[in-house]
Amino acid sequence: MAEKRDYLIRFSQSHETFRLPEIEALAVLEHVNLEVVSYNLESPFCIIRLPSETQATRLIRRSILAMSIHELWGHGATLPQVHTTVKSNSSIHNWQSYLHSSFKFTIDSYQGSRTSSKKISIINSFSYLGFLGPIKMKSPDQEFTLFEDWIFNSTPLGIPDPKYYYFGRYLGSGARDLPKKLDLKKRRYISTTSMDAELALITANLALAAPGKIFYDPFCGTGSFPIACAQFGALSFGSDIDGRSMRGDPSKNKTLWHNFQQYDLLPNLGGTFTSDLTNSPIRRLPLSTTTSPSNGITGRIFDGIVCDPPYGVREGLLVLGIRDPSKTPWVEQKGKEMYKQPDFIPPRKPYSFLAMLDDILQFSAQTLVDHGRVSFWMPTANDEEQELGVPEHPYLEVLSVCTQTFNKWSRRLITYRRKPDAEVDQAAFKSYEERKRVEIEQGKSADELNPFRKAYFEGFQSQSQTPN
Amino acid sequence: MKVLTLNFLTCAARSCKQSSDSFPLHPKEAELASDDVELNPQLLSNLLPRLDWNALRTTSTELGFPALPEQPPTLEELESDEKTLKDLHSLLMETNLMEGKLVCGHCGHEYAVKEGIANFLLPSHLV
Repeated sequence: MAEKRDYLIRFSQSHETFRLPEIEALAVLEHVNLEVVSYNLESPFCIIRLPSETQATRLIRRSILAMSIHELWGHGATLPQVHTTVKSNSSIHNWQSYLHSSFKFTIDSYQGSRTSSKKISIINSFSYLGFLGPIKMKSPDQEFTLFEDWIFNSTPLGIPDPKYYYFGRYLGSGARDLPKKLDLKKRRYISTTSMDAELALITANLALAAPGKIFYDPFCGTGSFPIACAQFGALSFGSDIDGRSMRGDPSKNKTLWHNFQQYDLLPNLGGTFTSDLTNSPIRRLPLSTTTSPSNGITGRIFDGIVCDPPYGVREGLLVLGIRDPSKTPWVEQKGKEMYKQPDFIPPRKPYSFLAMLDDILQFSAQTLVDHGRVSFWMPTANDEEQELGVPEHPYLEVLSVCTQTFNKWSRRLITYRRKPDAEVDQAAFKSYEERKRVEIEQGKSADELNPFRKAYFEGFQSQSQTPN
Repeated sequence: MKVLTLNFLTCAARSCKQSSDSFPLHPKEAELASDDVELNPQLLSNLLPRLDWNALRTTSTELGFPALPEQPPTLEELESDEKTLKDLHSLLMETNLMEGKLVCGHCGHEYAVKEGIANFLLPSHLV
């Protein structure tokens, strides 16, 4: 049994709040026993403790936000401190085994830079390692990197040295090439609300999309999430209330199907259909009757549900039905007479954004297998008074909340785990259902139904900031 | 849509939610297409406990495939029996429903399938 060692993850300094949840999700997916030693949002360097080198490479091989992972040989606030720790750990890291390997030395300066002559003198200060192998800049056997963490704006401020150093041996890289592969700019068919490839892939990671698993996006549009899940090997299903978003324009090869074809992912496209989540045709049992069947068959289908539900700002938030049937009886009458015609378009009514989120959670609780995950995006105002809370459901445990901040609003990616029935507090579930029944009765106009849309069009002015 | 999808879909009408006749939906005037997909035993093992076997038997017969056994294979049987794996793979993963209708056995509603995409939108009096 090998002793645990420290490893260094070099993150990309972007989407900071998504980074650790992504790594934690991948640790679950790859059965890696992860211990975070040091991490903060302002730095791209994270020290973790793991039982083995193979677990280290497995942990980040499909990470979108981790660039690379390294066996950490030493670290410190000054170069002499780095050298001291490297030397004191020499037996653990077994320098001898790399004595004759071809190798390469690099310096990775975050928020800072060095002249080439300075770089060379820093590299030479590691000469005590005594490597005899040839230096190879292209595919060497071993790559050693000195990471420098500089404070922001250090060059104009004339700061001579970084605030911290890490030194390590390269082990493996993340999957930073995947966002390029699935780049929207090169995708055959997209729409105004297509999720960018990087965030779609991160979402798929958080929900643990993987080979042999079944994934579903009930608001799939042109297929961004199903494509990301399929890229990680899952079998993807999707639906949308607007059939045109999936059908696109077949005469120009611009359809959801053609997107899967473009990336050679067609074997992972399970199926798509036109439907509204609130009136979904997916088979499911009411939650109260799914108490632990003895044969292990729960009737639940999906390993993961990922989606970016409509906010009601750029696209209307509609479900099937008529807003006020008694005022417009002819609409329902027309539906009764015409609905069997192939070109009949069923009427839709505005729907509450918050009720939609509740529907997503309820649907997820009914259709996710035990420990299956749902990850969805929701917008909120940045102003505290107008901030929307994280929706909750007694059958789901919130695992992570990641935030992407814009000027006056943000969107959050919230990830939940489906609890096995035995973990669920049935009394809490009863009172939850009762509370939801009451809430559904409230609100009539699109604005009242959608606090985010209302705040968006009012420019996120809070009550206290509004003059007069 | 892969034939597997039919095992997940029931009638969307409110009045059919309680009826056992609304699942599975019955294909009518179905046009099928076949793809070559690499066999993934892990996926089929994961799927097995989630399949409604009786519904799958009905679908298989209605689409003109050989009758499936009355009882589903156990996980061990599935993993050790290449023929069963291949038969299930061919039906669920390689066969696509491209055109036709899916008919509810309870209310008789016909959901159109065009270019492989089924339409489950309903008029207001049925939701």
